[in-house]
Amino acid sequence: MLDTLMLSRMQFAANISFHILFPTINIALCWVLLYFKVKHDRTQNPVWMRIYRFWVKVFALSFAMGVVSGITMSFQFGTNWPGYMETVGNIAGPLLGYEVLTAFFLEATFLGVMLFGINRVSSRVHTFSTLMVAIGTSFSAFWILALDSWMQTPAGFEMRDGVAYVTSWWDVIFNPSFPYRLAHMLIASGLTTAFFIAGISAYRLRKGDTKLAPKVALKTALYMAAVLAPLQAFVGDLHGLNTLEHQPQKVAAMEGVWETQEGAPLLLFAIPDEESRENHFEIGIPKLASLILTHEMDGEIKGLNDFEGDHPPVKAVFFSFRVMVGIGVVMIIVAWYFSYLTYKNKSLVHWQLRTLEILTFSGWVAVLAGWYVTEIGRQPWLVTGVLATADAVTTQPTGNVLASFITYLCVYAGLLWAYIHTLRVMARKSITVEEFETKELSPTGNTLANNATPNKHATEPQGA
Amino acid sequence: MINEETLPIIFIGLMGLSVLIYAILDGYDLGVGILLPMGADQENDRDIMIASIGPFWDANETWLVLAVGLMLIAFPAAHSLAFYHLYIPVFILLVGLIVRGVSFDFRAKAAVDFKHTWDWLFKLGSLLTTLAQGFMLGQFVMGFSYTPASIAFCLLSAFGVTVAYSYLGAAWLIMKTEDELQSKSIRWALWCGRLALIGVIAVSIVNPMINSEVYSRWFAMPLVMFVLLIPTVCFLAFVWNDLLLRRLPKPNDRYCYGPFLLVVVIFTLCFIGLAFSFFPYIIPNELTVWEAASDVETLKVIFYGAVVVIPIILMYTIFAYRVFHGKATSLRYH
Repeated sequence: MLDTLMLSRMQFAANISFHILFPTINIALCWVLLYFKVKHDRTQNPVWMRIYRFWVKVFALSFAMGVVSGITMSFQFGTNWPGYMETVGNIAGPLLGYEVLTAFFLEATFLGVMLFGINRVSSRVHTFSTLMVAIGTSFSAFWILALDSWMQTPAGFEMRDGVAYVTSWWDVIFNPSFPYRLAHMLIASGLTTAFFIAGISAYRLRKGDTKLAPKVALKTALYMAAVLAPLQAFVGDLHGLNTLEHQPQKVAAMEGVWETQEGAPLLLFAIPDEESRENHFEIGIPKLASLILTHEMDGEIKGLNDFEGDHPPVKAVFFSFRVMVGIGVVMIIVAWYFSYLTYKNKSLVHWQLRTLEILTFSGWVAVLAGWYVTEIGRQPWLVTGVLATADAVTTQPTGNVLASFITYLCVYAGLLWAYIHTLRVMARKSITVEEFETKELSPTGNTLANNATPNKHATEPQGA
Repeated sequence: MINEETLPIIFIGLMGLSVLIYAILDGYDLGVGILLPMGADQENDRDIMIASIGPFWDANETWLVLAVGLMLIAFPAAHSLAFYHLYIPVFILLVGLIVRGVSFDFRAKAAVDFKHTWDWLFKLGSLLTTLAQGFMLGQFVMGFSYTPASIAFCLLSAFGVTVAYSYLGAAWLIMKTEDELQSKSIRWALWCGRLALIGVIAVSIVNPMINSEVYSRWFAMPLVMFVLLIPTVCFLAFVWNDLLLRRLPKPNDRYCYGPFLLVVVIFTLCFIGLAFSFFPYIIPNELTVWEAASDVETLKVIFYGAVVVIPIILMYTIFAYRVFHGKATSLRYH
């Protein structure tokens, strides 16, 4: 059971699951930071700077986590999946190369100026640096999603002697699922960040922070979520339709449809059983799956039995999909209701703040669940129809992979704990900090001296 | 001009350049990590030392991603082969990089009682990363074998890289610090420099002794006259730096940039020496750059992008270093 293939898959899944948590926050958080900074530059209201300075520290921390876990990924191709580059290197190579060249350096270099340069450059250059980091993170998403989408729905290439050669770069990059996946992921990043900001701000408010900063941040985050959550449902639906067209077996697994049928029900719950090829304990709404997927009551949905031996593991895809959609629904309700209250100038009460705190990392869970749907849903292929996962794996001794896998798990568990613990410490510290320092209120706005706790050390980015 | 003969050479050049830039840039920040003094009363020194690398380390590590990325893209066969043999050292390297990278951010933000723990992890992570890199370098030179003799050589190489990075780190600190910490850095640089010289000499003697290929290359006439220049100049740089370090600090902090520049020269010469020993092999005695190279169309696609983008990267990298020039203490706000 636990052979090199399975362990390599689990290790890759663990690495990329851990990694994706941080870019998911950072892609959108950086644009939100830019918004705070521009607001400050425009209004000269120091509240925006105070918010910026709290969240830029969170950004720095998340960025470091993203960088180090991302470096791990770049080695994994060689250490665990040599067959991948040997077969599709002509496509994957340039896409990854452009990601490094256009995104990684941009974000990493300007990050230094963004975090530590506020007293050394003009406010404009600082805002510009923030913009460059935001562009860098989004470029990175663009390239890596182009590659991932290509693996799902390959296009623009031909096979010669078992190796893929590009015939059209345009078709490779803008392959059929790419626009949908990119939009879906960017909005997911926005939603994750919105609930992340809302959750931590709610924690501060509930712990007795009376300053303006967390209130303004909470309001911004709620409005952002209120716009993005329904938009995500819409884009997600489009993405699903696209998957139905190109990877019907994945949709069949998502919906738990075994036999091809017209007017398939939408299953709210079931336990799919791959042995007997049926579902147990089904609870469903008749005809709804067909209606959603084909926009016709009696539309035909292809069943898993049409793809026997060539479809993904059903249970994992089926449940992950329900987790993702479930969280999405909760997000829409919470975002709209709380935004409405905020819009009516009502302060959120205790249980409402608690709800937001509980949902702080809900975006993470939804994003992971969504990625499991799409990536497990691609199995048994690594590149759909081109390269099977089992054919790409290394011949490394199982013991080596087991050792590395277990150590990664321990390191990641420790880091995740430290990350969340540190966020909590930072939030708690910020509660006792004064809203403004006299120095901060200087007219130029960019001579913001650190900081509320005067003995803070040099390594700290601005503000608390 | 841009064809399947020249493109692999261009790409090994680009990759080599990335490795060299990585060794210099991440070398100094790893070195600073290794040198971190752990005494309870030295927290202030640690703060300044870490502040001196704060704005740069993210971008420095990106050069490693570029180097590994270029190998993956341009020489996938070599990438697979090398990392198959280096599975465990790579894994140790990665754990080291992860631990030190996050410790850097955690130490500044964590509760005070955890700070010292993160400092330890930062130091250990830096050391682990460096040792793993040295070991990998040794494995590369040995053509990936795990006999007792080659492991002994790899350990020597790990030691060599560790003192070399510390040397560079100390020289960086001479540039970025003042007063007592600067004096301390000068002493560190002196000792690391001497150890590094021993390391470089040991590796240079053992390498051609073990690799007959390398031996015949280095000592073939008439090239020998030319190639002996490299060790000679390298040795002179060591001696010159030693003499300079013993006279530092000077009034008005003159020559505080000297040691760093000299160590960069030493790094560059050692790198050229290594490259000369093995080119055109990307895996010594096994794969040449032409055998390992990707499809020529693929290389072209990246080449044109790289020609446009790399100068831009260098421009904004220089911009970032200019923003943060001068002493690291000025990163403090009081």
